[in-house]
Amino acid sequence: MGITVEGASKRFGDFQALKDVSIEVPNGSLTALLGPSGSGKSTLLRAIAGLETLDGGRVLIEDEDVSTKPAQKRGVGFVFQHYAAFKHMTVFGNVAFGLTIRKWKKPQIEERVHELLRLVQLDGLAERYPSQLSGGQRQRMALARALAVEPQVLLLDEPFGALDARVRKDLRTWLRRLHEEMHVTTIFVTHDQEEAMDVAKQLVVMNEGRVEQSGTADELYEQPANEFVMSFVGEVNRLGDHFVRPHDMDVVLDPDERTEEAMVQRIVALGFEIRVEFALGDGTEVWAQLTRAELQKLELREGQIVYLRPGQAKSFSGSPPSNGHGASTPRSQTDDGDAEVSAAV
Amino acid sequence: MRTASSARSRWGLRTLGLGYLTLLLLAPLAMIFYKTFEHGIAAPLDAITSPDGLHALKLTLIMIAVAVPLNTVFGVGCALLLVRHRWKGNPAIDAIINLPFAISPVVIGLSLFLLYGTNGWLGPTLAEAGIKILFSVPGMILASVFVSLPFVVRETVPVLQEIGTDQEQAASTLGASAWQIFWRVTLPAIRWGVAYGVVLTTARVLGEFGAVTIVSGSISGQTQTLPLFVEKQFEAFNLPGAYGASILLAVLALSTLLAMNLLKRKEDA
Repeated sequence: MGITVEGASKRFGDFQALKDVSIEVPNGSLTALLGPSGSGKSTLLRAIAGLETLDGGRVLIEDEDVSTKPAQKRGVGFVFQHYAAFKHMTVFGNVAFGLTIRKWKKPQIEERVHELLRLVQLDGLAERYPSQLSGGQRQRMALARALAVEPQVLLLDEPFGALDARVRKDLRTWLRRLHEEMHVTTIFVTHDQEEAMDVAKQLVVMNEGRVEQSGTADELYEQPANEFVMSFVGEVNRLGDHFVRPHDMDVVLDPDERTEEAMVQRIVALGFEIRVEFALGDGTEVWAQLTRAELQKLELREGQIVYLRPGQAKSFSGSPPSNGHGASTPRSQTDDGDAEVSAAV
Repeated sequence: MRTASSARSRWGLRTLGLGYLTLLLLAPLAMIFYKTFEHGIAAPLDAITSPDGLHALKLTLIMIAVAVPLNTVFGVGCALLLVRHRWKGNPAIDAIINLPFAISPVVIGLSLFLLYGTNGWLGPTLAEAGIKILFSVPGMILASVFVSLPFVVRETVPVLQEIGTDQEQAASTLGASAWQIFWRVTLPAIRWGVAYGVVLTTARVLGEFGAVTIVSGSISGQTQTLPLFVEKQFEAFNLPGAYGASILLAVLALSTLLAMNLLKRKEDA
């Protein structure tokens, strides 16, 4: 295994950031740790790097227990959300940092740094200072700096979180390609499910210090383990005990035994996709995602009474009531705060 | 109308501010310069180049040479402790460091006198060991260190807080030891803050009078720094000597302030 975490727990004062978390990340894979803020994903990443010490549990990198090793000796590359650029050093100095610490000879350092700068498309900017770079350039510099020392694993903590949407999209494609070339075991933390699905093949969904589910993007979307995962990896409507994706809501004009009456509240055209909002008889608000063609065929207008037929409805029977995020944790784990959550990726 | 009245009030404020500065700061300084050179440069120059004058200059420079490095090392270390290591005693340390700002230098001098004097707690023991603190250079250094202690800490703490720990953590994941992190990452990042503190410390030691005067006894040619020399000359009605030494002191102080402004500009750039 590239990275193994066994039974990790961590507490900050009154806040339990990690509750007996176990994950396995195969060698050479690109895995996303996905979860809302406060879910423990960054703490887990920092614990793998040695930037946080765990209260309990073990961290193994390439099957070696590194739990007691300081960050300095773990051989990880770490990329921070806010770049952590050495502001008083040039781009060259930043990327060369790990190599000068390892006492490489000057010609070798130069060769390696320029090779990396080409890789991250910053060649020609070696003599600039971080303050003279854009956010995207700074983050690519930070990535080159982390890769310079040939780390066994690469850890990225919301690496694109501080960048604007367009740059973020470019960098995400670029990171995926880079990983295809380098094959370094990589963990990537994000709160953006689209970003996680775009970049990583394997995802680990975290919530409230626990792993909720792990698997491929398809598995999480098609077979979510619980309400939390279902609502976190995509849009969801709640109909009583059932959960339905907005694109699985069939809108029909004639009732049958599986339909429910609803009134069209609002029709919002979002380009190709049309968002239609309904109110059910009991006041519940739901919405359906239709295509432009479907809308034209149905000739919907606001105030109209139609019938909804939820296809592909899921129920997580016995799930406790929603906790404000419209989300809940699986029943087996809610009663016992220390329930074992093990996830093989 | 609005712009006219705001322009008028702006000019009014400027005049008021400049007038205040002139009356309280510039006029007295200008008077010293005028009085010093009123009857030519010979008399003040003689006073400064007299053996006692030169000794006072030398002693002042010694004070700076010892107190400034000491307080710089202590100040940076202390700032690191306060900012980087959460401990419940930190607020108390923080308050103690401010003591020299709050206590009058004369009181500081007196307290050192009580501690190291013949009837003090440490005085007799040290005297037996042959170490003389009062009325000699070590006591003056102690006084100088005491009064100028907070500057480097106070200037470094906010800079350390501002740079955060990201750069240091990045350095540690890249294989740097604590020592390497300090010299290669932390210190370069806080260098202008530290330098600013050093300049303020220097200016404070240069001008220190109250505490040093009590512990030194102000013996001409032995335990007189420049400020003490100025006072002695003034008391002895040797006005050219007093003015000449004052000018020297003022020039030294002004050049440290100039250094400070240059540093500040560099920091902003």
